Amino acid sequence: MTFLQDTIVVLLSQVTFFVGAWIFFVKQLFKDYEVRHIMVQLIFSITLTLSCTMFELIIFEILELLDASSRYFYWCLMLYLLLFVVIVLNPFYIAYYCISNISFVKPDYIKHLTILVWIIFIVIFWKFGDPFPILSPKQGVLSMEQLVSRIGVIGVTVMALLSGFGAVNYPYTSMAYFIREVSITDVMNIEKRLMQAMDMVVMKKKRIAIAKRQSLEKINEGMPRRSGLWSMIYPGSNNRNQENISQLKLEIAGLEELSRQLFLEAHENRNMFERIEWSKTWKGIYFNFLGYIFSVYCTWKIFICTINIVFDRVGKKDPVTRGIEIAIHWMGFNFDVNFWSQQVSFYLIGCIVVTSIRGLLLTLTKFFNRMSSSKSSNIIVLILAQIMGMYFVSSVLLMRMNMPPQYRTIITQVLGDLQFNFYHRWFDVIFLVSALGSIVTLYLAHKQPVHENL
Amino acid sequence: MTAIDRVRIMVLGDSGVGKTSFVHLTANNEPIRSPSWTVGCSVEVKLHEYKEGTKEQRTYFIEFWDVGGSNNHRNTRHVFYNPCHGVILVHDSTNRKSEMNLHKWLQELINRDVNSTVVSSASVDEYDPENFFGSSQMPILVIGTKVDQIDERKSVIGTFASQFGVDEIVLDCRQARYLAAGSSNAVKLSRFYDKVIEMRYHSQNMSFREMFGSNTVSPVLPSKFYSPHQD
Repeated sequence: MTFLQDTIVVLLSQVTFFVGAWIFFVKQLFKDYEVRHIMVQLIFSITLTLSCTMFELIIFEILELLDASSRYFYWCLMLYLLLFVVIVLNPFYIAYYCISNISFVKPDYIKHLTILVWIIFIVIFWKFGDPFPILSPKQGVLSMEQLVSRIGVIGVTVMALLSGFGAVNYPYTSMAYFIREVSITDVMNIEKRLMQAMDMVVMKKKRIAIAKRQSLEKINEGMPRRSGLWSMIYPGSNNRNQENISQLKLEIAGLEELSRQLFLEAHENRNMFERIEWSKTWKGIYFNFLGYIFSVYCTWKIFICTINIVFDRVGKKDPVTRGIEIAIHWMGFNFDVNFWSQQVSFYLIGCIVVTSIRGLLLTLTKFFNRMSSSKSSNIIVLILAQIMGMYFVSSVLLMRMNMPPQYRTIITQVLGDLQFNFYHRWFDVIFLVSALGSIVTLYLAHKQPVHENL
Repeated sequence: MTAIDRVRIMVLGDSGVGKTSFVHLTANNEPIRSPSWTVGCSVEVKLHEYKEGTKEQRTYFIEFWDVGGSNNHRNTRHVFYNPCHGVILVHDSTNRKSEMNLHKWLQELINRDVNSTVVSSASVDEYDPENFFGSSQMPILVIGTKVDQIDERKSVIGTFASQFGVDEIVLDCRQARYLAAGSSNAVKLSRFYDKVIEMRYHSQNMSFREMFGSNTVSPVLPSKFYSPHQD
C-alpha cells in the first residue's frame, strides 16, 4: 500500500518536472527557432526530469519521507534510465543529426553510419576509464559502477571547469575595480570612424558598378566595329578596366574587414558604457558588494584546493557536522544534534541543488544563444542535454561529501563502491587548473582604457 | 563620374534567414557562393533605372544596407539606421518565428530616432499599423526565403505582409531564376525601388492615390484623428 502511495507521489513530481522542462525548452532555449524534430525536445525534457527526480530523492532521504525500500527502488530506476539516455539514446541521435548535416552522404547509408559511429563512441568511452583509478578491482566487467564511474569523471571535469571559470569571472564582471572608463564621446568617435569606413566601401562599390556598366556598354558598342585598327590603337583599354576593378575589389575587402573590427570595438565600448551606467544604480552597487564577498570566497577556495593537493588531504568531515561541532565546542551552544543536523543539511543541500540547476540552465541558455544557428540548433541542444545529464550524475557523487554520514548510505548503496576520494581530488585539480587558466586569460584580455585627445 | 543620386534601403531580419544571400542575388544577378555570418553591416549597390522606358528615365544608385541580425549586437546596430528611405524585411519561410519577429525589427527601426543611447524595448503588442503609416511613410517589402526547403505537409501562410498591405516575394536565394528579368518577382522589386525613389525625391508631385492606394487618409495627420468622411 505504501509502495503505491510512493509511486503516485514520485510520478506526480515527475510529471511536474517534465512539464516545467518542456516549457523551459519552448520559451527560453528555442524561442527563435521552430521545433522540427520532436525527439530533440523529448530527450532534453526527459534528461532534465530524471535529474530533478534524483535530486528530489536525495531531499526525501534527508527528510525521511517515503519508505526506505521504495526510495532505493526509485533510485535504481532513475539511475538506470538516466544512464540509458546518456550512453545509448543521446549519442545515437547526436551522431544521426551530425551525419545528416554532412552533405555528401547518401540517405540510405545514414542509419548504418550512425550505428558505426555509436559503436566507436562506446569503445572510446570504455577505454577512457582505464587510466583512472576509479574502481576497486573486485567489480565485474559490466556493472553499473563501471558506467557511473566513467560518466562521473567526465561530469566532474565539466563541473570543475565551469566552477573554476565562474569563480574568477563573476568578480571580474561585477566589481567596479575592473571597469575601464569609457565616456559617451569615445563611443561616438568609434561609431563615426565606423561610418566613415562604411562610406568609403560604398563609394568604391559604386565605382565598380559604374565601371562594369561602362565596359558592358563598350562591349555592346564595340561588337559591330571590330576593326583591327581599333584594337591596335587601344590594346589595353579593356585590361585597364579589369585591373581597376580587381584593385578596387582588394581595397574593398580590406575596408570591409576594417569595418567589422570597428563594429566589434564599438559594440564592446557600448557594452562597457552601459555597464558603467548600470553600476551607478542601486542594483549595481548591491552586486558590486556581493562581488567583493564572492571574490574573498573564491580566493579562499583556490587556496584550500592548493593545500589539499599539496598536502594530499581530503576532507573527511562534511561542513554541516563540522559547523555544529564548532558551534557546540567553541561557543557553548547546547542543542539536539540530530534534529539540527537534519534541518541544516536539508537547507544546505536544497540550496546547492536549486542554485546548481538554475546556474546550469542559465549557462546553457547563454551558451546556446551565442553558439547556435538555424542549422546546428538541434545538435547543440542534444550536446547540452548530454552535458547536463553527466553534470547531474556527478553532482550527486560530489554531494555525498556535503552530507552527514547517516544520509550518505543510499548514495553509497546505489552507486556502489566507487573511490569517492578520487573524485574529490580530481575536482580540486581541475578547479585549480580552470581558475588559474581563467585568471591568465582575463589578465591578457583586459584592455587598458583608451583616451583619445582631440 | 556624373552625380548620380542615391537611395538607401535597409535589409532587416533575424540571423540566418538569408539577407546577405538575397542582397547579393539582387545586386549582382548571381547567387552568392559561400555566405558567412554578417558582422556589423555589409553594403551592396545597384544601378537602377527609374521609370524605365519613359521620358523621365533617370539612373539612381540603390544602396542595400544589410545589417547583421544577431541578438547581442542590438545596442550598436542603430548607427546604421540613419538615413533610411525604404525597408526590406526578410524572413525564413521554414521558420514561423522569424516572421513574427519582423514586428520587432520594424519597431526597432522606427524607434531609432527616439533614443540613441538607450534602445527602448517598448512592447510590440501596442503596435498599431495605422499609426505607422501616419508617421513615417516608408515603403516596405517582405521577402520569404528558403522556399525550396519548405515542408510540404505544413502550410505556411504569412500574415505579416497582408497586415501591412505590402508586397511579398518568396524565393530561393540560391537560384537566379527567381529574379530573372521579366518575372513577376523582378517586376515587384522594380516597382518597389521606383516607389522608394519617388518617396525620396519626387514626393511633392505624388497625388493622394499614388501614395496610399485606395485609403482616403491625409498624409499629414495620423489616420487615428481623421474622420472617414472627408469634408
